[in-house]
Amino acid sequence: MGSVGERRSHESAVGHVSGKATYTDDQRPPIGMVSLYPVLSPHAHARITKIDVAAAYEVAGVVTVLTAEDVPGENDTGVIVRDEILLPTEEIHYWGQAVVWVVGETEDAAREGAARVIVEYEPLVPILSIREAIAADSFHVPLQVFRRGEAATALESADYSLSGEVEMNGQDHFYLETQASWVIPDTEGNYHVYASTQHPTETQVVVARVLGIATNQVIVTCLRMGGGFGGKESQANPYAALAAMAARKTGRPARVRLQRHHDMILTGKRHGFLGRYQVGFAADGKITALAVELYSDGGWSMDLSPPVLMRAMLHVDNAYYIPHIEVKGRIAKTNRVSNTAFRGFGGPQGMIVIEDIVDRIARTLNLPPHRVRERNFYHGSGETNTTHYGQEIFDNRIDRVWTEVKTNARFEERRQAIAEFNREHPYCKRGLAITPVKFGISFNKTQYNQAGALVLIYTDGSIQLNHGGTEMGQGLHTKMLQVAAKTLGVSIERFRVMPTSTDKVPNTSATAASSGSDLNGQAVKDACETLKSRLAIVAARMLNLDSPEAFVFEDDWIYCKTYPSYRLSFSEVAQQAYNERVSLAATGFYRTPNIYWDSKTAKGRPFYYFAFGAAVSEVEVDGFTGTFKLRQVDIVHDVGESLNPLVDQGQIEGAFVQGMGWLTMEELVWDPQGQLRTYAPSTYKIPTISEVPEHFQIHLLERAPQEGVIYGSKAVGEPPFMLAMSVREAIREAVAAFAHGQPVPYVPLAAPATPEATLWAIERVRAAASESVEQPLLTS
Amino acid sequence: MNLTLTINGEPVAVPNVSPTMTLLQYLRASGRVGTKEGCADGDCGACTVAVIGEGSDGKLHYQAMNSCIVPLVSMAEREIVTVEGVANGSLHPVQEAMVKTGGSQCGYCTPGFIMSLFAAYYDGTVDDLAVEGNLCRCTGYASIRRAAALVTGAAPVDAFSERLQHPLNPLPPLGLADRESPSEQPFYRPGALSEVLMLLQRYPEAMLVAGATDLGLELSHHRQQFPILISLEAVTDLRFIDRRHDAVEIGAAVPLSHIEDQLRGVFPSLDEMLHWFAARQVRNRATLGGNIGTASPIGDLPPVLLSLDATLRIAGPNGERQIPLCDFFKGYRQTDLQPGEVIVSVIIPTSPIPGSQRRLSQSYKVGKRGTDDISIVAAAFTIDLDADNRILHARLGYGGVAATPARARGVEDLLIGQPWNAATIELAKVALYDAFTPLTDLRGSAEYRKRLVVNLFEKFFVQHP
Ligand SMILES: Cc1cc2nc3c(=O)[nH]c(=O)nc-3n(C[C@H](O)[C@H](O)[C@H](O)COP(=O)(O)OP(=O)(O)OC[C@H]3O[C@@H](n4cnc5c(N)ncnc54)[C@H](O)[C@@H]3O)c2cc1C
Ligand code: FES
Ligand code: FES
Repeated sequence: MGSVGERRSHESAVGHVSGKATYTDDQRPPIGMVSLYPVLSPHAHARITKIDVAAAYEVAGVVTVLTAEDVPGENDTGVIVRDEILLPTEEIHYWGQAVVWVVGETEDAAREGAARVIVEYEPLVPILSIREAIAADSFHVPLQVFRRGEAATALESADYSLSGEVEMNGQDHFYLETQASWVIPDTEGNYHVYASTQHPTETQVVVARVLGIATNQVIVTCLRMGGGFGGKESQANPYAALAAMAARKTGRPARVRLQRHHDMILTGKRHGFLGRYQVGFAADGKITALAVELYSDGGWSMDLSPPVLMRAMLHVDNAYYIPHIEVKGRIAKTNRVSNTAFRGFGGPQGMIVIEDIVDRIARTLNLPPHRVRERNFYHGSGETNTTHYGQEIFDNRIDRVWTEVKTNARFEERRQAIAEFNREHPYCKRGLAITPVKFGISFNKTQYNQAGALVLIYTDGSIQLNHGGTEMGQGLHTKMLQVAAKTLGVSIERFRVMPTSTDKVPNTSATAASSGSDLNGQAVKDACETLKSRLAIVAARMLNLDSPEAFVFEDDWIYCKTYPSYRLSFSEVAQQAYNERVSLAATGFYRTPNIYWDSKTAKGRPFYYFAFGAAVSEVEVDGFTGTFKLRQVDIVHDVGESLNPLVDQGQIEGAFVQGMGWLTMEELVWDPQGQLRTYAPSTYKIPTISEVPEHFQIHLLERAPQEGVIYGSKAVGEPPFMLAMSVREAIREAVAAFAHGQPVPYVPLAAPATPEATLWAIERVRAAASESVEQPLLTS
Repeated sequence: MNLTLTINGEPVAVPNVSPTMTLLQYLRASGRVGTKEGCADGDCGACTVAVIGEGSDGKLHYQAMNSCIVPLVSMAEREIVTVEGVANGSLHPVQEAMVKTGGSQCGYCTPGFIMSLFAAYYDGTVDDLAVEGNLCRCTGYASIRRAAALVTGAAPVDAFSERLQHPLNPLPPLGLADRESPSEQPFYRPGALSEVLMLLQRYPEAMLVAGATDLGLELSHHRQQFPILISLEAVTDLRFIDRRHDAVEIGAAVPLSHIEDQLRGVFPSLDEMLHWFAARQVRNRATLGGNIGTASPIGDLPPVLLSLDATLRIAGPNGERQIPLCDFFKGYRQTDLQPGEVIVSVIIPTSPIPGSQRRLSQSYKVGKRGTDDISIVAAAFTIDLDADNRILHARLGYGGVAATPARARGVEDLLIGQPWNAATIELAKVALYDAFTPLTDLRGSAEYRKRLVVNLFEKFFVQHP
């Protein structure tokens, strides 16, 4: 049944539009459920000198208060190392850290109680930026170094060299549904957690750890999430653990649902990065050597920062072949929220650095940036098509996506037209830019690259589909239905996708790293194939035939391909299987083959394959205010043989706009005391529909099956996020045009390029242009 | 208090409503969990519902509103539609369209989009503006735009359009039954200005509330308790727009969306600013009186009204008075409003000053995000020129650069008598740079604000040579 490859709407679409799709906090409240509310620290770094919760109990409706003393197990939710205290006892590590949680009959009662809690502090000196951390030598893990060739020597012998810095801000996930967990205790010491989590297994493990009970006493179920983007991978755990603590202490169901501002204050975000580089290049713009240091802002605890940094280091090449390269990475330990996974997982930050460098090379040489990009692409085979960590890009599609999008967008023609426009408009300038994306697919951590599924057929022929992935809007369940329906040759309507639950599929990986459908798809297929082979035997017996392997499952029918007119209905065979005592339940399993990583040499094949894309963006920048308008976007993106073009297109559009927000308007502002000042949508601005251009064309690369991946498809969640780099580069082009035809060798642009930052960039360019009238740019 | 309202066609009685309860809290607590909370701030639209109300054309419309900042009490005797009530046996056309185009991914924003689209569907125009106040983090909006395209321009005939044909009962006054004896009632919705004034006399601590788009945040976000609220929503004497030969008078309780519709083309600078003012859900509720009464230094309409020489009509215990808007703002969030007083209306003169040949007038707003953002700087300029292109009259109103919305008076004086040309602008630019001493905050630095003060005026000149 050809449901794979169809433009199918989201399996919950009808539920979404009618308000019937249930999210964690929409469930019917169980009797006696209590709610939690936090007491936040007003300091970024402080010693706690006193916690007095007595007054909270005076508030009607306050049930209890949770402090460190109430933790029955370990008071730590760290996921890679144990450095993340859940309820602090001595020290406060970031502004807004929750010190105490008040449990009330209602959220309002808990809130009032929280207002009465007395906490006293002795403020300490905080470290509030990467630069301060570098100065104070405050880091999370030892320095990491990846190398190819001899960067130092090659830099010395380079024809040209430049050094500089690139800094970029973090990003709040701003999933529309904030963190939420409900925990229902039973009377026998077990807990059922309903959590908005991308990683139910980890939530289960952390809840068990905090409660000091065995993992099998905890079930974690994720119904669906109102968005995740990485922000509910590790970040969901503390709130589930807190609700579980409350449930244990009170014996009643307990609920945490963060208010938006608490969510933004408490939870980790995309890492801000600082890159420092020295680059060597030739007169044609080809990079000969690069030494780069990447510093990420890890925040107060480690969380997932090491793999995020690693991905940044593995993506600092983007699509470019750099013969001699040395990448150093460090994670700054600061008094800020603990930064975490966010779509791209460090990849975007690494790629921004190299795109900045490539642009600067182009301007230094007065060459068009797109030419310099092209000249540096990975190409051919062997060395020039091999990354700095030793993985050859076997199916290199950079050139295909690049050429195709250039044609679709009429890139050369529009470049001319824009130059013309800019000559005629002194006060506003247009910019056109094209940027490539190459993104490695697989979890960096090899053991995460596994998945399980459980498929249950009932005697009426209806089916329940379980798999280890969670649904956060990315359409995973829809794709899994398509895979299962195709594999079993039945209609999608037979299935019910079950909420992801750790009692159905255990020991799962996070639904992250864009891997959801690659991994779970194979596991689902595996389970369906097991069932199919069992049913084929039953069907063969029913038809008195003896070659079950020749049986075809198609359109809800089962038949032998030699005798297609003798058909059995799927339900009939299911019923007969039951009668014959053949199991109608099967698990499926998958592990990604052929990936390995040698952490000593920093070489290996960390990625099963790469996803590719390229985007052309055009902007218009107002020279009075620094504001910009995105006028047109064209994208060609490689999703292999799309499992579902409707879903994939939606992923690309959504990722692009999210990336555009990160790079242009989403500004996290911390004040000098380390207080986050942008913790609500009134101050932290994500794009609205009006920031999205009418002309927003997405083309999926055609005839591009990916070998070894479920039905030839490719991962799509993260890679298109980085297509938004084209917007940043287009703004830079427009800014550069304010030099009125003078070449300007360096156009630094802050990330995000807010109107203010853009105005300052324009000022710089204007100043540089008036200077360069006297001084020729480049002599060589 | 006890109240009744109609939700999805069903009359609902709600006992013991606290005036601090929002409509969203009520909906969710009563099991109507299709409506979502994304921010409780009025900024994301996830909580959007449609309320039947009279439009500026006098006809009934479905009006999208953010239920998270609507006090439940203000919905007394009103009719609302929530996402649960939109499908009538089968999916509604806007729902079908969203399903078809993949307009939902995680689905959490979707009920809000559905309600914005639903409201716009019965107005016939379903475009970007209809959903500008709805944030979606998943889709990138393209699929939602494709859904909107499928349903725009329809002339629907169904049970919902049918409902709009039947008149709405006028909003009944609330809490006034027992006028003479002090009442326990914390919420009043009087029907006449005289009653408002009487209530203010009786309860000096009472708070006026109009659209509650400022005050609603206090309720929803800060859970602030107000001892007594007096709603202006039913006060007919505050809801009028009067176009006279030399002026327009706008009642303080007129929602901004009515001003947008009815005065389009009269004051270009007002049109422009209203376009950039919040989003539709907010403009359907927010009033002019509220924007002035809240006296925020970053309120967007005061700069426009300052540049147009607007005057306020104020009613109080001792009768009425008028005060030029430029004398109204006294300090940070302080106004000339005396205890017991109410802003009745804003009078905006329409004609340029005598001898003027040409009026140039425009407004500008700069935020981090173009759409639905609070201003870093807002500016509005009015220049009247004589036959020789000399400046007869100049008004430069700014927001976001001082403790109150303010005029650059020194620069205005400097401009008078000068020719409207580049040399004059250069002079003005120098003076404007030092006209204000703005602050640095999360939205922008003091230096950026100073530059905007200058650059926006230059932009005005470039656009109106
Ligand atoms: C999401 C969102 C976006 C917003 N965007 C903008 C924006 O772009 N630009 C902008 O300027 N504002 C914006 N605001 C703020 C707000 O919408 C406006 O200030 C609005 O005009 C307030 O009107 P209201 O009727 O809702 O006032 P209310 O909240 O009802 O009242 C505000 C204050 O004014 C007083 N008041 C009301 N009417 C009178 C009267 N007749 N006489 C005396 N006092 C009175 C009240 O007592 C109260 O103190 C936004 C708000 C939200 C929630
Ligand atoms: S919940 Fe965000 S606008 Fe109401
Ligand atoms: S579909 Fe997820 S926020 Fe819109």
